[in-house]
Amino acid sequence: MAKVVEPNPEFTKKVENGGPGGETLMACYLCGTCTGSCPSGRLTAFRIRQTIRRAQLGLKDEILPTEELWLCTTCYTCVERCPRMVEIPDIIFILRNFAVREGYMSEAHKKIGENMMKIGSTVPFGDDMKKLRASMGLPAEPPTTVSDTKAMEDFRKVMEITGFDKLMKGGKK
Amino acid sequence: MAKFALFLGCVAPYRYPGIEKATREVFKALNVELVELEGAGCCPAPVVIRSFDQTTWLALGARNLALAEKKGVDVMTICNGCYGSMFEVNYVLAHHPEKLKEVNEVLAKVGLKYNGTTKVRHFAEVLYKDVGVERIKAQVKNPLSYNVAVHYGCHFIKPSRIKNLDDPERPRILDELVEVTGAKSINYKDKIMCCGAGGGVRSRDSAIALKMTEEKLKNVKKVNGQMILDVCPFCHLQYDRSQKDLPGYDIPIIHLSQLYGMAFGLPKESLGLDAHEVKFKL
Repeated sequence: MAKVVEPNPEFTKKVENGGPGGETLMACYLCGTCTGSCPSGRLTAFRIRQTIRRAQLGLKDEILPTEELWLCTTCYTCVERCPRMVEIPDIIFILRNFAVREGYMSEAHKKIGENMMKIGSTVPFGDDMKKLRASMGLPAEPPTTVSDTKAMEDFRKVMEITGFDKLMKGGKK
Repeated sequence: MAKFALFLGCVAPYRYPGIEKATREVFKALNVELVELEGAGCCPAPVVIRSFDQTTWLALGARNLALAEKKGVDVMTICNGCYGSMFEVNYVLAHHPEKLKEVNEVLAKVGLKYNGTTKVRHFAEVLYKDVGVERIKAQVKNPLSYNVAVHYGCHFIKPSRIKNLDDPERPRILDELVEVTGAKSINYKDKIMCCGAGGGVRSRDSAIALKMTEEKLKNVKKVNGQMILDVCPFCHLQYDRSQKDLPGYDIPIIHLSQLYGMAFGLPKESLGLDAHEVKFKL
C-alpha cells in the first residue's frame, strides 16, 4: 500500500525563513532542469528536484536524515539554469543546517570542524609540510592562524560565541 | 596599481605550497604588490562551516574581511573555494543589514568591526582585468606548447548572477589566460563540470567524488590533454591525489600560477611541481 505523508507547512515556512535564498523555495514549478544538470545526480540516486519538492511540502523526515542531502557538490549548475531563479544551493545549505541541529552529521565532517577549532584550517598542518615550505623558500609557517596564537584564540572565540563547538557535540551519526 | 592582501586559504599553504610560492613570484614579476593578511583563518569552508551553521560561516568570513578592511586593501584569493565563500559572505552582508549587525556583535568580542568595504577578488580575475593579457604576454620568456585542458571549477564564475565575470556555460577567461603562454586550450566533453570534491562530498563520500573525477579524467584523456589546469587548490588536490586510486590516467595537474611560473621562466624548484602525486614528465 502506498505510504501517505502529510505536508508540514510549518517546516516549509522554516526553510523559507532559514536564511538568504530560502524565500525562493516556492517559486519552483518542478521542471527538473536542476536534476538534468546535476553532476552528482548523474552518478547517484540523488534527485535535487525531489529534495526541493519535499522541502516545499515540508517533509522534514524525508530530507534531514538522508545521505542525498550531502551529495550536492554545490557546483551551482542548477541555479544557473533554473528558469524560476530558485536559489537551490542556498536551500541545500538551509536544509543541512537543520539536519545538523537534529544531530545528522558525518564523522568526517566533524573531524574537519574539529580541525577548524584547533588551527583555523580545514586540513591538518604537520612538520613534513613545514619542511617542504621552507625548502621552497617560503616561511615554514605562514602568517595565519597556524602561527599566530592571538588570531587563533579570536578565531576559536568566534566559533564559541556562535555555538559551533556545541553543535559539533550533538552528532548522532 | 592597487595592491592586494594575499588570502592563502588552507589547501595551498598546507598541501600545495608550490601554488603559494608561484603566485608570489608571478605577481612580483607582474609588478603587483601583495601584502600579508596576518592572522587570517579559513575562508571559512562551505563544506562544514556553511553546511553546519550559516551564522558561524558569516562571522568567520567577516573576520577575514575585517582584517583586510583594517589594512585598507582588497582581498585576493588563489582558490575558488575561498573566493566563493568570502564573495558570498560579502554579498549576504551587503544585502542583509540585520546579518551584518549580528555578525558585528560577534566580532566586537574579538575587537573587530566590519563595515562592508572589502572587495573579494579572484587572482585569475585580477590577472585578466587589472593586469591584462598584454602585460602578461610581455613576461612570457619561455613560450609553452602544451595541450592544456582547462578546468574552471565551480566557484570562480558561478553563481554568475552575482559574480558577473563571464558566461557560466561557455566561459573564455581562463582559456585566454592559458593561451597567452603559447599553450593550446583544448576543448573536451563536460569541460565546465565539477571535479567532484566540493560541498563536502570528497570528505564524506570519497567514492562518489572519485566517480565524478574519473569522468573528467576520461574526457581529458580522450582528447590527449597533457595536463589539467585549475585555479583552485581544492580541485587541484582532488585531481592530483585521486589518481593514486585511478591508475592509468597519469595526467599532471597545474595551477594557473604554476603555468605562468613555467612560462615566465621561473626556477622549476619554486613551482613545487615535484611535490605533486602525478609527476610532470614533459
